[in-house]
Amino acid sequence: MAEPVLEIRNLNVDYGLGDRAVHAVRDVNLTLHRGEVLGLAGESGSGKSTLAYGLTRLLAPPGVITGGQVIYHPAQGSSYDVLALSDNGLREWRWAETAIVFQGAMNSLNPVHKISTQLMDVLKAHEPNMSAHSRAARAREMLKLVGISADRMDAYPHQLSGGMRQRVMIGMALILQPQVVIMDEPTTALDVVMQRQILGQLIELRERLGFSVIFITHDLSLLVEFSNRIAIMYGGRIVEEAPANTIYRDALHPYSKGLLSSFPALRGPRRELTGIPGSPPDLAGMPAGCSFHPRCPKAFEPCGSAIPVLGRPDTPDGAGRSVACWLHPAEQPVG
Amino acid sequence: MTIPTSSIEQVIPGQGAMAQPSAKPAKAKRQRFLFVRNTKAATGLVVLGVYVLLAIIGPWIAPYDPSGRSNDLVQGPSAAHWFGTTHLGQDIFSQILVGTRSVMYVGFLAGLIATTLSVLIGVTAGYLGGKTDDSLSALTNVILVIPAIPLMIIITSVLNNASDTLIAVVIGLTSWSWNARVLRAQTLSLRRRDFVEASRASGETTWRIVIFELLPNLTAVIASGLVGTVIYAVLSEITLAFIGITSNDGWNWGTILFWAQGQQALGQHAWWWFVPAGLAIACLGTALSLINFGIDEFVSPRLRSAGKTKLKTAAGHTVRMRIGFTPVLENSAAPHTHARVISTPVMREAK
Amino acid sequence: MKYFLQRIGFYVFTAWAAITLNFFIPRMVPGDPVQSLIAKYKGQLSTDAMQSLYILFGLDQHKSMWAEYVDYWKQIFHGDLGLSFTFFPAPVSQVISQALPWTLLLVGITTIISFLLGTSLGVVAGWRRGSWTDGLLPVTTFFSSVPYFWLGIIAIYLLAGPDSFFPSSGGFDSGLVPAWDQYFIPSAIQHSLLPALTILISSVSGWILSMRNMMVTVASEDYITVAHAKGLSERRVALSYAARNALLPNVSGFALSLGFIVGGTLLVEIVFSYPGLGFTLLQALGARDYPLMQGIFLIITIAVLVANLLADIAYLLLDPRTRKDG
Repeated sequence: MAEPVLEIRNLNVDYGLGDRAVHAVRDVNLTLHRGEVLGLAGESGSGKSTLAYGLTRLLAPPGVITGGQVIYHPAQGSSYDVLALSDNGLREWRWAETAIVFQGAMNSLNPVHKISTQLMDVLKAHEPNMSAHSRAARAREMLKLVGISADRMDAYPHQLSGGMRQRVMIGMALILQPQVVIMDEPTTALDVVMQRQILGQLIELRERLGFSVIFITHDLSLLVEFSNRIAIMYGGRIVEEAPANTIYRDALHPYSKGLLSSFPALRGPRRELTGIPGSPPDLAGMPAGCSFHPRCPKAFEPCGSAIPVLGRPDTPDGAGRSVACWLHPAEQPVG
Repeated sequence: MTIPTSSIEQVIPGQGAMAQPSAKPAKAKRQRFLFVRNTKAATGLVVLGVYVLLAIIGPWIAPYDPSGRSNDLVQGPSAAHWFGTTHLGQDIFSQILVGTRSVMYVGFLAGLIATTLSVLIGVTAGYLGGKTDDSLSALTNVILVIPAIPLMIIITSVLNNASDTLIAVVIGLTSWSWNARVLRAQTLSLRRRDFVEASRASGETTWRIVIFELLPNLTAVIASGLVGTVIYAVLSEITLAFIGITSNDGWNWGTILFWAQGQQALGQHAWWWFVPAGLAIACLGTALSLINFGIDEFVSPRLRSAGKTKLKTAAGHTVRMRIGFTPVLENSAAPHTHARVISTPVMREAK
Repeated sequence: MKYFLQRIGFYVFTAWAAITLNFFIPRMVPGDPVQSLIAKYKGQLSTDAMQSLYILFGLDQHKSMWAEYVDYWKQIFHGDLGLSFTFFPAPVSQVISQALPWTLLLVGITTIISFLLGTSLGVVAGWRRGSWTDGLLPVTTFFSSVPYFWLGIIAIYLLAGPDSFFPSSGGFDSGLVPAWDQYFIPSAIQHSLLPALTILISSVSGWILSMRNMMVTVASEDYITVAHAKGLSERRVALSYAARNALLPNVSGFALSLGFIVGGTLLVEIVFSYPGLGFTLLQALGARDYPLMQGIFLIITIAVLVANLLADIAYLLLDPRTRKDG
């Protein structure tokens, strides 16, 4: 497999401090490789968005990163820990190296500025020596890239449709040619046709520009279709990670299976829709042991007492995948 | 006079928050007691209680007849006259005590009238919408932009020797519009919520929905509006009394200031004549404002005091919560000397 | 443009409402004030003047209310607001036109400075929560609970006096004649400093508080997180993204609060015997000079409406969403 571009090591994120802190992300280890689309799935409250905001240090109060590292490997030069950057260092790193497409296209754009202004102020902040003329040219070029005609440059966000606004956000994310693009439910607010159109366009752009993507959604069927690898989160931990088609064919963790059977697949054989009984765990009062065991149809003796470690499973195709489940005890822990 | 600065109107819950999991399921139970535990609100309520008590017992505990003359003309504070005396030898302390009742009476009566009107007009406009809303909103805005104090002056000067009740009615009738606006906006946003839609779909009558679904959810806004109007009404009454519009026989703090101004208290350096009345107004106003801050913070937790933006970790570091830069606490044992834990721009080599 | 026309329509409607209100209030006056006035100025009143007073007070027995109302409008359009009792036989319009510039300059300039200053401080207090600016809040709360005029009295007591730089009353030195010259203007400015300071201190806290609260609210909007994610400078995020949006409700609040503020500032004029509309209103009140009181009310209302219109235009320029339909 290709070399890594972003490595998350033992990342822990809490809401609040002290005794009342809620552990939203726990001991997450995840590696994004160059050029791949890594899907991150889970129900709401599973910690997938918290993970994305945590690694960029954009989490709003009372979010606190309590430990871990986020190692970034730039195209040239030596690697460094994003969490250890100074404020200015972090500002420089943001958007230039890792850009984000947020879920609310509606509210992601500043309502009082033209979209050209919002595209160009990125350039102003990161490439101060660029002339106004070339800034405008770049902005126009980015809009063209995402299929918006240049005469919309001077439009205000309220004059654009939801789909156009999200395209503007994607164009804005790519304007500095970052190596990593994090997409947090980028198309949830859009209708299904628009969703696929935009995602298809994005994948095509990725092939052309060669950036890596962390794609966060609760819609596993979208991930199966658009990503290379999928990591599934539950209760703040990664419970399974494997290539997309492996997960789709043969998910090992009962939670992954439950998630897969909650969505109709667009392609491939039909399967029965069952969903998962029960509701996502309360982060403040996590069950002991595997946090999924109260809802798990296959829970047995060790599940309620000990937390399973994420590791390579004992299956024949065990290489290249990992799971945290007592049904498939780890041969070789990841991390 | 004061600008009503309730933020409630502007904070429409659930707007624009990103889907970051909320962190306070366990805090829900404590919310109920938060209002009283809020130090601002508690302080305000205690001070207000003292004023209410004085309004009730003031005339009985006053050492002198507030209008009774004596030979101690324009005397400074002394053991006999705590706040000194006027040009006629009247005891200012007694005037303040006796005047409290009029101030509180007018303040609360006007506040009640204005609040009732604002609820009737604001909630009706917001809930019914359409033409009713258009005309009621227009009425509200007209009353809002017409300068109230000059209007009150004209109305009350036309009514000879206006009693406290009449003044309270005039103030109440001219000062409901701001709250009506706020309530209309709140009602509009509530009307679109699921639970109201559900009641409507299930065929509940309009007045039942308003009384059982809407009003309980508007309590905080209405309370904050009431408190704001009371401040405004007190200031208005005192303003009117200061320029001589008051009942002929009663005392209030504005009357004291009227005589102080008219009898050249400034020229005689009789500071005791005007300072106590002003401080009494200021303390009452501050107490009421504190109650309102408490309500505001209760309603929109985002405004809650800055105490929580700085937190001490178990290891004793201070961490400042700040939007856009999530604090990083390292679990390493190395001591940190800086408040912000990660502050060195060193780029670490990856292992 | 549609928005703008709607606003103009609203102001015309409000002006109509205020004038109509003005028409009805004097009809509540018990007795016959005109008769007593005629007795007071025996022989000095022309028949025209008497007629105009009768229209103003609705004492013309031969006419219907509607005909009186039409006559009243005719008078207004001719700028005829009746004769002042206090400054008899000066017409009300003349008395007002002498006092108006004083009020416009003092209140207008001070209110704008107060808004700008309060808003800027509010931006800082809201963005940097937990810094020293939070300590300003209790102080400003206290000052906003004090009546403007009482603060004026205290200011005079503490700062003004025979030996002080600040004069305690009037709009200019009594030895001077109003004119745009090098003697009069500095004197007028000197006389306006203390009243201006009083208004500023009383009114600025409201702006600080409302802007702070708006900043706190706006700071958790998605586009602020996006701005941080874009790696923009702190200054750019705070001003161009947060403050720029938080300003909008504050500007509409500014327009709506003008009526409140003007009421308070009139009283400051009274304390300082400043030759503006407030002081004139006090004189009118003492003499039960109803035509003058009504005229002042009308002029203040119209001034507030014009200021509102200006604030609307500012809002129109600040918020692109109102510029076009949609």
